[in-house]
Amino acid sequence: MLIAVLIPLIFAIIVPYLSKFKQKVHTGIFVFFIPFSIFLYFIRFVGSDFEPVRQTYNWIPSLGINFDFYLDGLSLLFVLLISGIGSLVVLYSVYYLHVSERLGHFYLYLLMFMTAMLGVVLSDNVFVLYTFWELTSISSFLLIGYWHYRERSRYGAQKSMLITVFGGLSMLGGLVLLSNITGTTSIQAMIAQVDVILANDYLPLIMAFILLGAFTKSAQFPFHIWLPDAMEAPTPVSAYLHSATMVKAGIFLIARFSPIFSGYEWFFIVVSIVGIVTLCWASYMAVRQTDLKGILAFSTISQLGMIMAMLGFGTGAAVFAAVFHILNHATFKGSLFMIAGIIDHETGTRDIRKLGGLFTFMPMTGILAIFGTFSMAGIPLPFLNGFYSKEAFFASTLELESTGNAIASFLVEAIPYLAVFGSIFTFVYSMYLFFGVFTGPAKLDKLKTKPHEAPIGMLVSPFILVLGVIVIGLFPNLFNGTFLIHAAEAVNSTVELEKLKFWHGFITPLFMSLAVVGIGIVFYLTRQKWSNIYHVLPGKLSFNKVYDYIIKKLDDVSAKITDSYMTGSLKTYMTIILATILVVTTFFMVVTGGFTISTDNLAEVTFIEIAVVLVITIAAIATIFTNSKLGAILITGVVGYGVATLFVIYRAPDLALTQLVIETVSVALFLLCFYHLPKLRKRTEKASTKLGNAVISIGFGALMTIIAISAHSTDWFEPISNYFIETSYKLGGGHNIVNVILVDMRGLDTLFEITVLGIAALAIVSLIKLRHDKEAK
Amino acid sequence: MYKPNDLILRTTTSLIAFILLGFAVYLLFAGHNSPGGGFIGGLVTAAAIVLMYMAYGIETVDKVLPINFETLISIGLITAIVTGLGSFLFDVPFLSHTFDYFEFPIFGEVELATAMLFDIGVYFTVVGVTVTIILNIANDQ
Repeated sequence: MLIAVLIPLIFAIIVPYLSKFKQKVHTGIFVFFIPFSIFLYFIRFVGSDFEPVRQTYNWIPSLGINFDFYLDGLSLLFVLLISGIGSLVVLYSVYYLHVSERLGHFYLYLLMFMTAMLGVVLSDNVFVLYTFWELTSISSFLLIGYWHYRERSRYGAQKSMLITVFGGLSMLGGLVLLSNITGTTSIQAMIAQVDVILANDYLPLIMAFILLGAFTKSAQFPFHIWLPDAMEAPTPVSAYLHSATMVKAGIFLIARFSPIFSGYEWFFIVVSIVGIVTLCWASYMAVRQTDLKGILAFSTISQLGMIMAMLGFGTGAAVFAAVFHILNHATFKGSLFMIAGIIDHETGTRDIRKLGGLFTFMPMTGILAIFGTFSMAGIPLPFLNGFYSKEAFFASTLELESTGNAIASFLVEAIPYLAVFGSIFTFVYSMYLFFGVFTGPAKLDKLKTKPHEAPIGMLVSPFILVLGVIVIGLFPNLFNGTFLIHAAEAVNSTVELEKLKFWHGFITPLFMSLAVVGIGIVFYLTRQKWSNIYHVLPGKLSFNKVYDYIIKKLDDVSAKITDSYMTGSLKTYMTIILATILVVTTFFMVVTGGFTISTDNLAEVTFIEIAVVLVITIAAIATIFTNSKLGAILITGVVGYGVATLFVIYRAPDLALTQLVIETVSVALFLLCFYHLPKLRKRTEKASTKLGNAVISIGFGALMTIIAISAHSTDWFEPISNYFIETSYKLGGGHNIVNVILVDMRGLDTLFEITVLGIAALAIVSLIKLRHDKEAK
Repeated sequence: MYKPNDLILRTTTSLIAFILLGFAVYLLFAGHNSPGGGFIGGLVTAAAIVLMYMAYGIETVDKVLPINFETLISIGLITAIVTGLGSFLFDVPFLSHTFDYFEFPIFGEVELATAMLFDIGVYFTVVGVTVTIILNIANDQ
């Protein structure tokens, strides 16, 4: 199974080389065999005696991250959709994409996506699942931005990337929590420990994280906004990713985890509400669109909302209806996208206001479109699969039982009405889609080219999909026992196989369907009269605006924050650094009780020490207040010599010598640079800044003083100096302990100190010798 | 051009410089047992050399002391590092030092320590660094 998953990725490596022959053979022809062979590989698992298959390939066994592939009914359904529709899409793209396009890139991304998607649906390991999940986001990003020279493509790609990766990361958070709680990385093992998870305090957080991942990926309300913008991708991509496969990854995720979460009442509430709201909002919005693909995008969102809602219901009938609708939606939506692509390809526009009366010019496309749109609308005709799943949906909304929660009880009452409400608009936009394009007066003057029938190769893929619509419509039970029932069982083990029938008698779902059709026809015919409502709702209220506002605000606020502290002024940075040290150190000293002051163990203070310290203090204060540069340099020298005197008093002859010479050298260097130094400026800061600086400096000095005193007052360790005193002559052969430490006991420090000196000297030489002279230029 | 007559400076320099150099050598070799060492010795040597530059000017001193002080830095560093590496020959860790006493004809019993070699490396580096820095900055236009 590993090979089956990875073969598209492996083949993707050689696609760029194959695309060199694209003038003779369209690259898509080579690519076609990959998904098709995967389809053939997996189709043999279909059968009523299907048993889940598990295979493991080690990746990082020490972390429990392995390629654990688990093929159950649900995976099988998705795998067949991915490879089957993948084959058709590749076939379609052969006729859709001209050889002048960058075919190598296109098929590389597409194959990458295929591997990612197969990996998502087959992985049993949560982290491998996440890996493939992000790979779908990345490859989808690349595909949406395929025509990267278009501004809208880049915008759409970025938007989808930001939203889906946001969800993906939050999903990772949920998965990490789950694997921490259960101690396993396998989804099936987690399902076995469902009691542990349901009893855990973090359950709401986990569910929120994972649902966020699923909702963003499947374009659920209010994260649906990326999908309409993703329509900038080439049409085969829209048909494949944004109707049949990737957007169903979120559905898959919910289905996969619903054995875990369905025992939790908020799962029903959240998922059902989000699903139903998505269904209603998107179908309502779809009517407003003028772009063919825009209509289809909102239609996809609304259908996904419907599936999501059914998964939220969680009853056996609803789950079966959901699985059934996944299959049905893939067939009719895939075909409709391809038809939209054909219309675009043959007329040069996708704007429905410019189209009309195309049936005469494109009869084949028109016939295919009839089946697609009518099936999407759920019109009760015995050869349309959309009707069955819609009726199963209505039936499942009626079977809901309240769990006692007030919100849940309200939902149970409201859902059937909302479902009908959403379906009415579904009907309206489906009719609009077909009649708006294919009937009415032909507006040939608005089209760039005279429309004509598409090449037969382009029609093959939608034809096969429409054939699927009709076959499932005529024989709704064809795949159920052998195929769909296994998928539903993977989600909810209480599913029972029911025989789907076209005619159930006069029962409520039928009346709901008839209401949809009846009201839908009225709405469609009076469309012009009520379409002004869109100026009120959504009107100015659009989630795109919210998204754009957030993105812009993020930019602005980050820029403002950065500008506020990255002023470019060293003074500001110094203030920030010192203030941070002051606050943090004080905080920790106080919290840990670090301030201890004891007066034991103090030496006597002599008069000469007081005198020297007084001189140093006066000199130090004088450097701050002097206005003369020369004065400041010399007074600094006084401090240095004062310190040298202190070294003498404290019996450190080596230090005293060194300090004397070094102080002399540095004062001399200061004086050498005297003429080059900038004039001491009168400080012109505001009084408040001055005060702040004073507070920070005094505070910092005080802090360091207290730390020094505290360090002296605490006596935790015996000093190491006794060792040096004892062994200086014995081991080092010298009486000068300081020197023995410097060259022998800690010679390495000295080695690097002289290295530092050498580097400093070379740096000064290069600064002086290699500078670009302003006058020379 | 006005040229100062700095006879007194030059005369005293010729004397003081040698006293300084002698003192520096004393500091370097005495460092192991009394205050001093390679660092302070190097600084005093550098002071003597800088004094000579101040009194006699660059050209004269360059003739008398044909030393490239930038090279002196590397000589010093190499001496120090080679001293450290030498300990590998005796199968002991880097920078392990040893010492022993030897009988010499004139000096009598003398203690010789490998640490002194290291100190000489320090000495050369400090001389080179200090003179290089001061001369470069002083001669910069």
